[in-house]
Amino acid sequence: MLDLDRLTPEQYRARYEALQEAARARAAAPPPLPAISNIPDDAVVKRESIPAGWYVALRIKRGDAIRISNPAGTPGAAIFLWNADDVSERYNAGDTVKLQWTTNLSTGKLLFSDMGRVMASITADSGAGHDSILGANSPKQAGGGRNGRDNLRLAAAKFGLTRQDVGPCLSLFSSISTDEAGRFHYNGAPPLGAMVELRAEMNLFVALSNTPHPLSGAATASGPIEFVTYHAPPPAPEDFCRIASEEAARGFINTDELFQ
Amino acid sequence: MTVVSDVVVPARAPFSATLQAGQVMRIIDLESQQAVDALFYNAYDTTERYSAQDTLAAEAAAGRKFHLGLGSVLLSNELRPMLTIVADTCGFHDTSAGACSCESNTVRFGHETRFMHSCRENFLAELGKYGMGKRDLVSNVNFFMNVPIRPNGELTVDDGVSKPGGYVDLRAEMDVLVLISNCPQVNNPCNGFNPTPIRIIISE
Repeated sequence: MLDLDRLTPEQYRARYEALQEAARARAAAPPPLPAISNIPDDAVVKRESIPAGWYVALRIKRGDAIRISNPAGTPGAAIFLWNADDVSERYNAGDTVKLQWTTNLSTGKLLFSDMGRVMASITADSGAGHDSILGANSPKQAGGGRNGRDNLRLAAAKFGLTRQDVGPCLSLFSSISTDEAGRFHYNGAPPLGAMVELRAEMNLFVALSNTPHPLSGAATASGPIEFVTYHAPPPAPEDFCRIASEEAARGFINTDELFQ
Repeated sequence: MTVVSDVVVPARAPFSATLQAGQVMRIIDLESQQAVDALFYNAYDTTERYSAQDTLAAEAAAGRKFHLGLGSVLLSNELRPMLTIVADTCGFHDTSAGACSCESNTVRFGHETRFMHSCRENFLAELGKYGMGKRDLVSNVNFFMNVPIRPNGELTVDDGVSKPGGYVDLRAEMDVLVLISNCPQVNNPCNGFNPTPIRIIISE
C-alpha cells in the first residue's frame, strides 16, 4: 500500500492531475438531466410564500425536498444549512465549490458540509445560476434595510444559534461569472419563474432569505420567493446526484454513515 | 518600524498572535509556493470575525479581482475593516476555497487520505487555546495560494506563483487575533507538493 505521507512531489502531482482530468472530462460531457417531476399533493409537507425582504427558518428531514421558485424573478435568495442533529456541522461554501471543481451549481451538484458530508442534493434546477462565492447581501448593500446577512442570523437565532454559527452561504437565483482578468460579473436578474430544488440528505435546519445578491444593484427584493417542502421519492442506488462524480460517491459514503 | 516578534513557523505547523491596531504582520514564504491559511477575529469579541464573502463582495463592487492583493481590505462579518494588505510581492491570495480538512480530503482525494494532517486540524488545536472550537472556524484567507475561478466556472488549485522570500504585509485596522496554519496539504499543488517553513514578523 502507498504510504501517502512519503510520496515524491511528482507522485503527488500525478494523483492530483488524474483527479483534475477526470473532473474536466465529466464537465465536458454532462449526462442528460432527469425530467422534473410534478409534486403529488399527498406528498406536500408545507407550502409557503416569503415576502420580499423576509426569511423562514425551516426543519427539513432527510429524504424530504424543498422546491423553491421565484415567480417575479427577484435577484437572489440566500440560503444556509445546518445539520439538525449536530449544529456544529453546517454548509461549507468553500468545500462545495472545491470538492466539485466548479462554481457552477446546478442539477446533480451537491451542497457539502464542513465534515465532508452531503447536506443536500440539487435534484432539479431551471438553470438561473447560484452563487456560493459572494453569498448574501449586507445591511450596507440593502441601504440599511432588511438584508440577507441579518436574516440568516435571525433564522439561526430561531434554532438557538448565533452569528458564530453563520458562515459563507449560497445565494440562489444569482448568476455570477468571472472574466479572464479575474473580475466578477453579475449576469442580470433570473427569469420569471426560476426554480431550484434541494433534497435533504441529512436532517436539516434551513435558513432561507428573500434578499438580493450583493452585486445585483438591488437594495430590495422585487417579489416573493415561494417554496414547497415535500416527501421526495427515495433515491435509487443509481440516483443522478449520488453517482454524479467520484467525489459525490465519496461524499455520500460519509453521509450515509450517519444513518446506518 | 520596530520588530515586536520574529518567528519561523515550521512546515505543517500552526501559529497565532494578537496584533494591535496599527501593527503590521509580514508573512514570508521562505522557499516559495507555500500556502498560508489564516483566520482573523476581533481580539475583544471573537464572534466578530473575518468574512470572505463580505470582503469579496466589496472587492467585486470596486472592480477588483477574486484574488486578494495589494490594497485589499479584509472585512469582518460586521463590515468593519480588520486588516489591509499594504505590501505584496505575490498578488494571488485566495479567499474562496477555504481550508483543507481530513474530512474534505476524503471526498476530494479519496478515503486513503483520511489520516493526513490538514489546516483545520491546526486551526482546531489553535482555536482551543482561546476557548474556541469548530463553530468559530469560518472563512479564511489562503495567502500565496493560486485558486483561479475560470470563465467557465471551473475552480482549481493551481501551482503557486510566489517566489522564495516573497511576502505579504497586513496592517491591523483593529486589535486582531490571528490564527495561521502553515498548510500541510500534499494532495494538491498549493504547497508545491512539499510543505516548507514560513517566517512571520510583527512590527510597529
